[in-house]
Amino acid sequence: MLQYKPVGQSLTVTIAGELDHCAAPQIRQMLDDLLTDPTVTHLTLDLENLTFMDSSGIGVLLGRLRALQMRGGTMSVKNMQPPVEKLFRLSGMHRVIGVEKTDKGGRL
Amino acid sequence: MHNRMEITFLSRAQNEAFARVAIAAFAVQLNPTLPEMADLKTAVSEAVTNAIVHGYRDEPEGMVRLSAEYDDSRTLIVTVQDAGCGIRDIETAMQPFYSTGDGMERSGMGFCVMQTFMDAVEVNSTLGEGTTVIMRKRILGEVGLHRERVLDEIG
Repeated sequence: MLQYKPVGQSLTVTIAGELDHCAAPQIRQMLDDLLTDPTVTHLTLDLENLTFMDSSGIGVLLGRLRALQMRGGTMSVKNMQPPVEKLFRLSGMHRVIGVEKTDKGGRL
Repeated sequence: MHNRMEITFLSRAQNEAFARVAIAAFAVQLNPTLPEMADLKTAVSEAVTNAIVHGYRDEPEGMVRLSAEYDDSRTLIVTVQDAGCGIRDIETAMQPFYSTGDGMERSGMGFCVMQTFMDAVEVNSTLGEGTTVIMRKRILGEVGLHRERVLDEIG
């Protein structure tokens, strides 16, 4: 469900599967465990393999953003599938969470 | 052609994915586009999550009813019904970013998502008796989208 790769103060976490109200507690806990490292100031979520997200997922993203902001950190996402990106933008998340260019080229 | 389905399931979080799969399996009869299918699954997920989290307040023994029907107009009518606590003020509950503030990082976007992803959303609720959410979406499908584009082009 979740893989991660730390590079300096930046942490990239890959979330796979579906992020709904059912999956939210487990993913929230995993992300919070990774963010207990105080040296991490930037979190990138790679969502290429996230096939579904609803507003429960938006709540998870917002909660992690707030935690990072409290320590002066930032957050971004990349490789969103079209349905996930639609919800992300509808919710206005793109105004507070950076959207990185895709690794694969083509879609932004 | 007219068709209808109805299922009921316990108010458990793992049934949110079940409800999404069920509505997708029914809606595929209308040959929806991938974005139409994604919209439908997301809206149903929001309504079922609301029933579980707010209607039954995470009490896992409630029953959630999901029904769907369509006719020749290709309008899919989806109903999600619970017999939970009901909503005191529907208008307020449907405001974007409104949440009951239970400290569980709710985004307060559930009804907003339903309204955006479906053509129409109607909510009926009675305190102590439950809530019914009725959502409508006309499924154009690939053929329908092509026809609309042609009609647009010829004015």
